[in-house]
Amino acid sequence: MSYENYGLLVDYRYCSNCHTCEVACKYHLQQTLGREIDLDKTPGIVVLEKGPFHLEEGNPDAWDWSYIPMPTALCDLCVDRLERGEKPSCVKQCLAACMEVGPLDELARRATEIGHRTLIVRP
Amino acid sequence: MAMSREWRRENPDGSVTVRSCCWSPPGDHPVGCGLLLTVKDGKLINVEGDEEHSITNGRLCIRALSLPEIVHSPERILYPMKRDPKDRGKDAWTRISWDETFDLVCGKVNYFKDEYGAQSILVFGGTGREACIYYYPLGFSTLQTPNVCYGQSGWSCYGPRCSITDYILGAGYPEIDFAGYFEDRYNNPEFELPKYVVCWGKMPLASNGDGLFGHALIDMMRLGTKIIMIDPRITWLGAIEGNINLQIKPGSDAAVGLGLANVIIEEGLQDQEWIDAWCYGWDEFVERAKEYPPERVEELAWCSAEQLRKVARCMAEKPVSIAWGLAVDQNPNGSQVGHITIILQAITGNIDIPGGLTLGPPSALLGKWRMETRKDLAPDLWDMRLGAAEYPALSNAMATTHPDFTLDVLETGKPYEIKMCWFNSSNLLAPTCSAAPTRWHDALIKTEFNVVQDLFMTPTAMACADVFLPLPTVAEHDGVVITHYGRNTVFLGAMNEALRLGETKSDIEVCIEFGKRLNNAGPDGSSTWNVFEGDTRDQFVPDFFTKQLEPELGFDFDELRRIGFYQPGYTYRKYEKGMLRFDGEPGFNTVTGMVELYSTLFDAWGEDPLPYYEEPRWSPVSHPELAERYPLMMTTGSREYSSFHSEHRQIPTLRHFRTYPDIEIHPDVAAQYGIEEGDWVEVENPFGRARQKAHLVITIDPRVVHCRHGWWYPEQDGEEPNLFGTWKSNVNTLVPHFDIGRLGFGAPFKSVFCSIKKVDDLDSIVPKRSYDIVKEQDRLAEVEGVDPANIVDIHREHRIY
Repeated sequence: MSYENYGLLVDYRYCSNCHTCEVACKYHLQQTLGREIDLDKTPGIVVLEKGPFHLEEGNPDAWDWSYIPMPTALCDLCVDRLERGEKPSCVKQCLAACMEVGPLDELARRATEIGHRTLIVRP
Repeated sequence: MAMSREWRRENPDGSVTVRSCCWSPPGDHPVGCGLLLTVKDGKLINVEGDEEHSITNGRLCIRALSLPEIVHSPERILYPMKRDPKDRGKDAWTRISWDETFDLVCGKVNYFKDEYGAQSILVFGGTGREACIYYYPLGFSTLQTPNVCYGQSGWSCYGPRCSITDYILGAGYPEIDFAGYFEDRYNNPEFELPKYVVCWGKMPLASNGDGLFGHALIDMMRLGTKIIMIDPRITWLGAIEGNINLQIKPGSDAAVGLGLANVIIEEGLQDQEWIDAWCYGWDEFVERAKEYPPERVEELAWCSAEQLRKVARCMAEKPVSIAWGLAVDQNPNGSQVGHITIILQAITGNIDIPGGLTLGPPSALLGKWRMETRKDLAPDLWDMRLGAAEYPALSNAMATTHPDFTLDVLETGKPYEIKMCWFNSSNLLAPTCSAAPTRWHDALIKTEFNVVQDLFMTPTAMACADVFLPLPTVAEHDGVVITHYGRNTVFLGAMNEALRLGETKSDIEVCIEFGKRLNNAGPDGSSTWNVFEGDTRDQFVPDFFTKQLEPELGFDFDELRRIGFYQPGYTYRKYEKGMLRFDGEPGFNTVTGMVELYSTLFDAWGEDPLPYYEEPRWSPVSHPELAERYPLMMTTGSREYSSFHSEHRQIPTLRHFRTYPDIEIHPDVAAQYGIEEGDWVEVENPFGRARQKAHLVITIDPRVVHCRHGWWYPEQDGEEPNLFGTWKSNVNTLVPHFDIGRLGFGAPFKSVFCSIKKVDDLDSIVPKRSYDIVKEQDRLAEVEGVDPANIVDIHREHRIY
């Protein structure tokens, strides 16, 4: 089966910067590539930070602060796992359960269901 | 619940996958996340989450995912070792066999017992790891000493909350309701989603305290719950759209709680029917709360009166659940913080209702056996427990010594000398679990014989130990994981051995094997340990767990392995059904049978029976003479995903996420001091100093800095005096010894003043001596400029000179 039109959906309202995707991916890539993965140099996914921005002075509840998991060029969408009927390692183990995998059109539909603060990535 | 797979499965490639529930070591709290551990050719080759686990659903943190790296770390210690006591502090270890280890250690134990009495042996337990349920029986039953110690000043972790709950609420540990008891979780018809979860001095996403799977909060937010954060820092969790932040001065929590109660009462939002039926001391409490109008609280605690009112109105709704955190414990005013937290849940009728505050039954599931091993101590020996008579509020609820009193005993040799110490999973010096760690160091290197159990060489073991007993990791031994150490069992999971490296022994194996060899019998002539059958761990360990499980739950250890884990269900409103009292009457298991807004026991122990606010004792307000020198308030102790307190520093994948500890400083303040992002900063106060790297954030109040705890450097020289750099970033050196609440609980780990300055590097720090706040007031005055009149000196009568 081809996964050419597959991507990752990130519900980044809830990404807690737990780093699970980065570490899960490291161990996955080490197994599939058969070599050591250095998180400083060759990560398969990284968590980016937006903010924190304080949106309104005097309002302690007005913040914009997000973490956003972003796959790198090494991301293979865990095709071997998809073929076994398993989720990608990052998607399965994400503590906030904020990532999904699937065909892009299906992810677009999911994004409308989930609402704001979503991102679809095609690595 | 029944899981569909076998707990041990052979794969086509010859590997074996073992299902397990995670505890420790390395450290974590008993959350019991579902693990699948795959082993091939004697190596742990893969760890994945178990999707059949109804709480974690396949999710895992990076510490669990990194288990292969931890298990096979070249730094692991896999064989018992000894060192000549004259070589303490030197890397002069010799590998020995277990036969030699048993002979050596049992010989010493018997010698000290015969010569000086069993009370001359002291057992230390660390925090969080499974040792928490084994260090008591190791002391009481295996070694038969009454002295087991959690070394943290004021017992400042979990114990105060449990004790206050005993006295005020008469129940097991109160936890938020995240439907963990139910197999069908949030879909359970009995469960109701909390409208608000209040995280008070707690950030559960990273800390997963005591058995709460932190990311359950994210699950509940998806369903509609909003989070209220009460914290000196704005956290990411609080910053999420729709959540609410009460950003407060460190240590001001009691004022905040009383202010919240004031608003609820002023606006008539309380559940009067519930209060009239189930609370004691309402009228007295109302009078006290009147003293804390929001405008006064704004001055004391820095949060705006307007925001305080907003939070109070939310908290008066139903159902609301408070997740109370470590900040309750790490505060000399913490007994009052715990009291007011329970009061707020009581007067709004949120106790033991669906989506409210859940309560464990008065008798802890499984966990109680550890306390029952006390029967192996004769009453006269039990009465020698250090600090028990002096601090009844602590010793009635906790089975340990008083930690601060214990250091005084170690330092003075009075009322009797401690000859031997046993550190069961405690790296006391690094530290997480001590204040004034340099004083503990100086005292502990003088005892005659010390034993350490751990995974890796630590500063504590390098400084003090004569024998090192290696522990197996969570992947390498059988056991059970029980949330909240049995005080509020959300679930009970089987921990299964997937492989075993070297010659390690788990905590329970050590208890049983030393227990059998020491052949102890209690005053009634029966031995706790000889009843567990078999000579090898695959016999006596399952037998041990079966003998704990069967009487209470009706199934054995093999059945627990088969079902994976057991969720006991939950009965709401137990107080109506007579399920909280031993006599079966409705109400609560307290002196009055009610929730005590006015505490009869506090009164009897010389403490104010009502909650009150006490300004942090080492703040610019309390010491105006030093306000200019130490203008900032320091808070410590927040948690990270990549480490458990002082652990995981030697694991490259985890260290990647935090190479050095950071001190959070507001950019405006940093600019005043010429400090830029990434600069080394020295933080100092009259008691100690530490160096950490500047991290500039707008989410911290300009009057506050936050420092990391538990930092040492396994890559540095381990020998004395460097001890893996344990005195370089050690923020606990800034926390004074014996500066605790009246009842004996709570030290200011999160609320002491400090100065900051830019420095060139980490390594050139000159460690500072920690002066005693009672015994060395003249030196504090002379050297540090402290006005002794401003020292809160309430424990003088219990100090040993």
